[in-house]
Amino acid sequence: MELLNGLVVWRELKPNTAWALCGVITLLVAGSLAVRVLRVLRPQKDFTELRLRVRTWWVMAGLFVLALALKDTYAICFFGFISFLALKEFLSLIPTRRADRRVLFWAYLAIPFQYYWVSIGWYGMFIAFIPVFVFIALPVRMVMIGETSGFIRAVGTLHWGLMTTVFTLSHIAYLLVLPMAGNPVAGGAGLVLYLVGLTQLNDVAQYCWGKSFGKHKVIPLVSPNKTWEGLIGGIATTTALAVALAPVLTPLTRREALLAGLIIGPGGFLGDATIASFKRDLGIKDSGSILPGHGGILDRVNSLTFTAPLFFHYIWYTHF
Amino acid sequence: MSRILRPLFFLIVVRPLVLIVLGLNIRRRELLPATGPVILVANHNSHLDTMVLMTLFPLSLLPRLRPVAAADYFLSNRLLAWFALNIIQIVPLKRGAPVRGEDPLQTCNEALERGDILILFPEGTRGDPEKLTNFKSGVAHLAKRHPDIPVVPIFLHGLGKALPKGEALIVPFFCDVFVGEKIGWTGDRQTFMNTLESSIKNLAEEGHFTPWN
Repeated sequence: MELLNGLVVWRELKPNTAWALCGVITLLVAGSLAVRVLRVLRPQKDFTELRLRVRTWWVMAGLFVLALALKDTYAICFFGFISFLALKEFLSLIPTRRADRRVLFWAYLAIPFQYYWVSIGWYGMFIAFIPVFVFIALPVRMVMIGETSGFIRAVGTLHWGLMTTVFTLSHIAYLLVLPMAGNPVAGGAGLVLYLVGLTQLNDVAQYCWGKSFGKHKVIPLVSPNKTWEGLIGGIATTTALAVALAPVLTPLTRREALLAGLIIGPGGFLGDATIASFKRDLGIKDSGSILPGHGGILDRVNSLTFTAPLFFHYIWYTHF
Repeated sequence: MSRILRPLFFLIVVRPLVLIVLGLNIRRRELLPATGPVILVANHNSHLDTMVLMTLFPLSLLPRLRPVAAADYFLSNRLLAWFALNIIQIVPLKRGAPVRGEDPLQTCNEALERGDILILFPEGTRGDPEKLTNFKSGVAHLAKRHPDIPVVPIFLHGLGKALPKGEALIVPFFCDVFVGEKIGWTGDRQTFMNTLESSIKNLAEEGHFTPWN
């Protein structure tokens, strides 16, 4: 019996979380149906891009739902793997120095350590490891190699990359190991679903509001497609959803949920805009091609790089 | 034995390494041939080049995939020679001036006549990472001898960073694979080599890559 228990890989899902996971699948089915209907209504238009987009959503959301249905260790490995893909994409895009090959290897090693701290719930180390210890270790390794030409840019870009792709994203995983008592209705998996779901829906809502009513550009130099109409409509939608979903998935009161929406909405926008600036500086449109119809990993986790740490510290401060 | 070991090696070691540790950004995959005989020509920066090119095809085509490799390097010791001949199944090529009356491309010709997919690096050596050097004209001899067999140019970027010459530690980087339009025999060696070189140079410029130093 003991042995059998050890083999069980599934998480004991709270009913609320299980229902919310079913909600995600329902949304995907609705998306696929919507594309079908569009193709019938407007047969002369080409929907290849949209179809690719929805198909990739199925794969991503499918893997995400699967990861959340598994025990903490597996789910944490899943988020660690996302960090690995994101860091790899980042380091492949930015100009790096030949002399730093070994330093980059060390940077990758930060990922298993960071997610290990998450898995054992060592908050102090989780929050200090990359901003303090890795921040010191990597420049030291560079100094030992001794190449000073281009040092400032190399050390700065590498640390920003680690913060963006590993430190911030690992906050999603830390939500899983928060004590159950803080969120009796849905546990850590519920919080992850709330954060990731709202962030992704916020992206979609801003896009849809912008497409329908967009006129006045917010940041024309960075991202000409982003409009005030899209931004405000998106934030309003996200905040309404945040309030509606809070009693199902979180311990947040109605007023706290309102603020959570007002953190995730603009936070997602700014995270997206930051990655957009990064890409514009490099002169690229997509960060990669790993997610057909979406681009690269960074194109998909861009908003999360800001919303994950912001939401984490908000809920940490108010309920844990 | 190698009939089992070779697919296993590619399934368990090479594919996870290329697809997960590295990861590929492939442009115009549809230009890759469905089967042999064909000559794939790519720039060369790393031992990983061969592994990436061999991963572009389904495992069912593995028996057809034959990288052309320098005999003086890969057959230099018994262990490496066993691995190169049985697992990678290289077509060994003698570098340097040919012996009189001996065709150095004999083994390549035989492979193409069997319908194999020949993988060729006309730079001859890996050289400095992420730097293109002049092509050797051996490929022109092959193209002239087999004018009906297509030559497919491919540009690889990123592998010189992941595993450059002289390093043993692999550092993960995404690898860009740009496939170009196939080239046929042009009628003479000089124009063929010019067409091939400019084709790979054009593919390289597509990426706007900064030099790595």
